[in-house]
Amino acid sequence: MTANPSQAKGEKSKKGIFLRLSKYVLGQWPLFTVALALTLAANQLSLLGPRYSGAAIDAIELAGGVDFSAVWTNVGYMIACYVISALLSYLLSVIMIHLSQRIIYKMRKQVFEKLTTLPVHFFDTNATGDIISHLSYDIDTINSTLSHDLIQVMTSAYTVIGSLLFMWRISRPMIVIFALTVPVSVLFTRYRSKVVRPLFRKRAKKYGELNGFAEEMLTGSRTIAAYGRQEEISSRFNRINDLAMDAFYGAEYHGALLFPVINLINNVSLTLVAVLGGILYMYSQNGTILAASAFYITLGGVAQFVQYSRKFAGPINEFSNILHEFQSAFSAAERVFAILDEEPERADLPDAKAFPEVQGDVCFDDVTFGYTEDKTVLRNLSVHAMKGKTVAIVGPTGAGKTTIINLLMRFYDPQSGQIRMDGIPSEELKRRDLRLAFTMVLQDTWLFCGTIYDNIVYGREDATPEEVYAAARSAGIASYIEGLPDGYDTLLSDDGVNISKGQKQMITIARAFLSRAPILILDEATSNVDSRTEIRIQNAMTELMKNKTCFIIAHRLSTVQNADTILVVKDGAIIEQGCHEELIRREGFYHSLYYSQFT
Amino acid sequence: MKWVLTYLRPLRSRIAVGTSVKIIGTLTELMIPFLLSYILEHVIVRNKVGEILLFGGLMAACAVIACIGNIVANRMAAKTTMLFSAEMRRKLFFKTLSLSAESTDRFTVPSLEARITSDTYNVQNFVGMMQRMGIRAPILLLGGTAITMVMDSKLALVMLATLPLIFVVVYGVSRMGVPLYAGVQRSVDGMVRVVREDAQGIRVIKALSKVDYENRRYDKANRALKQNETKAGVIMGVVNPIMTLLMNLGIVAVIAVSAYFVANGSSSATTVIAFMQYFTLISMAMMSLSRMFVMYTKCAASAGRIALVMEKEDELTVCEDDGKGDPSYHVSFEQVSFSYLGKRKDLRDISFSLKKGETLGIIGATGSGKSTILRLLMRFYDADSGRIRIRGKDVRSYTKDELTSLFGVVFQNDFLYADTIEENIRFGREISTEDIAEAAKVAQAHEFITAFPDGYAHEVTAGGTNLSGGQRQRLLISRAVAGRPEILILDDSSSALDYRTDANLRRALSESFPDTTVITVAQRVSSVKSCDLILVVEEGAILGCGKHEELMASCPEYKEISDSQMGGAFLDG
Repeated sequence: MTANPSQAKGEKSKKGIFLRLSKYVLGQWPLFTVALALTLAANQLSLLGPRYSGAAIDAIELAGGVDFSAVWTNVGYMIACYVISALLSYLLSVIMIHLSQRIIYKMRKQVFEKLTTLPVHFFDTNATGDIISHLSYDIDTINSTLSHDLIQVMTSAYTVIGSLLFMWRISRPMIVIFALTVPVSVLFTRYRSKVVRPLFRKRAKKYGELNGFAEEMLTGSRTIAAYGRQEEISSRFNRINDLAMDAFYGAEYHGALLFPVINLINNVSLTLVAVLGGILYMYSQNGTILAASAFYITLGGVAQFVQYSRKFAGPINEFSNILHEFQSAFSAAERVFAILDEEPERADLPDAKAFPEVQGDVCFDDVTFGYTEDKTVLRNLSVHAMKGKTVAIVGPTGAGKTTIINLLMRFYDPQSGQIRMDGIPSEELKRRDLRLAFTMVLQDTWLFCGTIYDNIVYGREDATPEEVYAAARSAGIASYIEGLPDGYDTLLSDDGVNISKGQKQMITIARAFLSRAPILILDEATSNVDSRTEIRIQNAMTELMKNKTCFIIAHRLSTVQNADTILVVKDGAIIEQGCHEELIRREGFYHSLYYSQFT
Repeated sequence: MKWVLTYLRPLRSRIAVGTSVKIIGTLTELMIPFLLSYILEHVIVRNKVGEILLFGGLMAACAVIACIGNIVANRMAAKTTMLFSAEMRRKLFFKTLSLSAESTDRFTVPSLEARITSDTYNVQNFVGMMQRMGIRAPILLLGGTAITMVMDSKLALVMLATLPLIFVVVYGVSRMGVPLYAGVQRSVDGMVRVVREDAQGIRVIKALSKVDYENRRYDKANRALKQNETKAGVIMGVVNPIMTLLMNLGIVAVIAVSAYFVANGSSSATTVIAFMQYFTLISMAMMSLSRMFVMYTKCAASAGRIALVMEKEDELTVCEDDGKGDPSYHVSFEQVSFSYLGKRKDLRDISFSLKKGETLGIIGATGSGKSTILRLLMRFYDADSGRIRIRGKDVRSYTKDELTSLFGVVFQNDFLYADTIEENIRFGREISTEDIAEAAKVAQAHEFITAFPDGYAHEVTAGGTNLSGGQRQRLLISRAVAGRPEILILDDSSSALDYRTDANLRRALSESFPDTTVITVAQRVSSVKSCDLILVVEEGAILGCGKHEELMASCPEYKEISDSQMGGAFLDG
C-alpha cells in the first residue's frame, strides 16, 4: 500500500510508451500486414461501389429511356462489390480480434510472469486488488483500443494523404487554409493532451485503489457481517469510490473539450474554403483572375475541393475522438509497463553455484537486518545449526522470529553479516536451489483453488499417488479426506467452505511430508491443530524431522524442550542461547517463561 | 439490464437537459453541410461577396454553437455517468457485504470482486457512450428515413424492407452474444482467482520454487480468457458487415426498382441521386449503432452478473418465535442438527443451555464441528432441525441488526485491514478512545500497542502482516470486547498467546465483563478449564459435557487431551 507500483518508476515519456506498445503490434507483423492490406482493399472497394451506382443511375437517366441491361449489369457489379466488401471487412475484424487478443494474452502473461519474479517485499507493500487491477482493468483498456481504434487510425492516414493530394491538384492557394488550421489543430491537441494526461493517469490509479479496497474488504466479509459493520465499511468504500469517480469525471470533463473543438476548427476550415472558393470563383468569372493563374478556379473545382476537404477533415475529427481512448490506453499501459519495469529479485550472481547435494549445515554470522533502513529488527545474530540438528526459536511476539525465516529463505537479504549454507555464503548460491533445500510449514496456511490431491502433490510434483496418500496418512488427514464424498478429488474452493484452519494446516503438513528437502522450517506448524490430533501425528512429525536440520518456531514446550539449540530472541537480539537444561540452569528469561506455565 | 434504468431514473431531468443540448448541438451541426451545399449551388453563382460572407458567417456560427453544445452535453453526460456509476457501485458493494455467508461461498470472493470492478466498468462505459454517441445515430437514422419517405415513399419502403432482416440478425446475434460475454467475465473470475491466490501465497510458491507451475496454472486461465474473448469477438464481429451489407443491398434494390419507376415516369433520376446522399447518412448511422450494439451486449452480460448479486434474496428471513423458550437461559441449543452441503451431518443433536454471564468452552478435534456451532448461533446458516434460542427467543426471530448487536466475535481466520490500530479496534463503531484503550487492556494488548512509538496510531498493513500472530489475536480480542457485547465468542483466538497472557486475559474478562456470556472454542484445556460448562465435540456430536472436574472423571477423551497437555505448556508465540 505504501508504494504504488506505477509511481515507483516515475512518469514515463509518452513516446516511450508509444514505442513499447508499437513493438507489441509489430511483433504480430504477419497479421498486422494482412490487416493493413485488407484495410486498403476494403477502402478501394468502398469507392468502387458508388462508381457502379453512378453508372447505373446514368443508365436510368439516359435521354432515350432506361437502358435496362446496363442497369442490371451495374446492379450485379454493385452486389458483387458489397458482398466482397462485407466479407473482407468481416475477415478484417476477425484478424484484428486475433491480433489484439494475441497481444493482450502476451501482455497478461508477461505481467504475471514478472510478478512471480518480484521480491516478496512487493507483495507485502502492494494491495492484492491493485495488482489484480493491472491485469484486469488496465490490460482490458489497452485491449479495447487495440481492437477498435488501431484500424481506424490506419484508415485515417490513408484517407488524409489521398485527399490532400487531390486538393493540391485542384487549387494550391486554397490549401493555405489548411496550412493554417491543421497546425492549430495539432498544437491544440498537443496542449490538451498534456493537460489531460495526468488526469487519465490519476483515474487509472484511483481505479486501482478502488479495486484494492474492494478486495481487502471482501476478504473480511464474514467479520464485517458478524459485527454488522456493512454500513461503515461501505461508507469507507464510498469515499474511495467517490474519489475514483471524481478522477473519472475530471478526465472526462477535460477530455470532453478536445473533440468538439477540433470539430469546430474543421468546420471553420470548411467555411473558409467555401468563402474563399466562392470569392476566387467570382473573380475567375469576371476575369480579374486569369485562367492561367494558380488562383483560377471553376465552380466544379470549388465543389470538388469542398468534397475532398470534408474527406480530409473526417479522419482528423475521428482521430481527436479516438485520442480520448488512446489517453486511457496510455495511462493503462504506463501502469502495466511500470510493473514490467519493477526491480526483480536481485539476480543470482553470475558465478552462482548450484546446490545439488545439500548437507544442511546452516550458519548465521553476525547478521543484522531491518525491513526499513532505520528500524533494525535483528541485531548481530550469530548461530550455527549443524546438519540434522534442531534449532528452536522462542521469545515474545514481535521479537523477529519470523524475520529469521525470511532471511533463511532469502525473501529478504541481510543488511550486514552473512548466512552460510554448508559453508557457502547463501548469496553465492542459486536462489532456486537454495529454496529447494527447505521445506516450510507455516502458521498462515496457503492452499489454492484445486483438488486436495493437487494441493498435496504441490510439495513434489513427481510424487506417485501412493506417496501422496502416504503423506496424507502421515499427516493424520487421510481419514478426513477419505470421508469426503469426493475424497482426494474434493475441490477446495476459495477460502474453503467447509474446511477448518486446522484441516488446512494438516494438508500443508502432508505437503511437507512429500518434500525431500534436507532443511525443515516449522513456523507454528501445528498451531491450528488440536492437541489430540497433534498427539496422533507426533510420531510422524518426529519422523519428518529426522535427519533434517530443523528450525522451529513453536510455543509448545514439548517440542522446544528437545531442540539441540534454543534461541531466546527478544527485541531483535538473542538474549539467551543453549539447550533446555542449560537455559533452565541459567535462571534467566527462558527459565521464567518455562515456569510461568505452572503458576 | 432493467435495473440499470432504475438507477438512471433519479437522474432523468439531468439526462433530459443533457440530451436536449446534445440534440440541439447535433442539429446545428447537421446544418453545416446543408448550408455548404446551399452556398455552392445558389450563393456563389449570384456573384455577391457580401452574401458569400454572410452565409460563411452563418456556417461559422453554427459551428460554434455545435462545438459549445457538444462540450456542454458531453460534460453533462460525464457527470450523469459518474453519478450513476458511483451509486451503482455503492449499492452493489453494500449488497455484497450483506450477502449471507452461504451466498458469498457460492459466488466466491474473486467473482464478487470482479463484479464490483470489471463488470461495473463495463456498464459504466456503456452508459457513458450511450449519451455521447447514442443521440446522433438515431437522429441521422430517423431524419434520413423521414426525408426519403417524403421524397418518394415507394422507394423509401423498398429500402426499409431490409430493416426486418437487420432486426432479425441483431436479435439473433445478441441472443448468442450475451452468454458469450458472460463466459468472458467468468474467465476473468478465473484469472483473478489465480492472481489473488498467488499474491497471497507468494512465500510458499517461492519456497517450493513453484514459479513454473504457477505460470502454467495462470496460463491456463489466461488462455481460457483469450479463447472466450476471441470467440465472443468473432461472433459479434458479424453484426457490422451484415448490417452494412443489408443496407447496401437495400440501396441496390432501390436503384433496380427506380429503373422501372423512371421508365414508367413515376419517378426521376434526380430523386434517386438525392436518395443516395441521404442513404450515405443513414448507413453511417447504422454503423455507429452496430458498434453500440456490441457494447450493449457486453454491458448486458455484465449487468446480468451484477443483477444476480443485487437481486439475491436474503435467504435467512425473520420468522415468528414459537414462545416456548425459557427466558431465564441466555443461550440454548435444543437438539440442533445441521449439514453444510446436505451430504454429511456436520452437527448432530446438539443441546446445551447457558445462563447470563456463564462461560462455555468447546473443545474437540480439528473438523469436529466446533466452529459450526458458533456459525449457527450467529445465524450465518440456519439449522436443519432443532432450535437455537437467545434469551428464550428463537434466533430466527431476531432481525439481523438485533442479532449482530448482541455479539463480539473473533474468528479463526480473522481479518485486520490497512488502517491504524485504533481504527482496527473501533471497526467503524462509535466507541470512545478511552473505551478502546480499556478494551485493549482487557485483551492484554495495551502494553505492546503503547510500545510502538506512535501507539494506537500505528498503521496496520492489509491482513495485519506487520504484526505477529499473538499481536493480531490480541487486537482482534480488543475489537470484540470494545463493543461491550452480551455474548463474546472466541473461536480459537488465543492459540498464539502464552499461558500467562491467556490466563491474564481470562481473569480480566471475568472481572471487567461479569455479565457477558463467553463462548470459547479452544484446543488447550487450560483455556476452557475454568468454564462453567465445557462441551467435548467429536464428529459433530457432543461426547461429554460438564465442568472440568466432572469431565476428567466421566469423559475419557477429555482426560486424554488434558493429560497430553500437562507439562507440554506453551511459550509465547
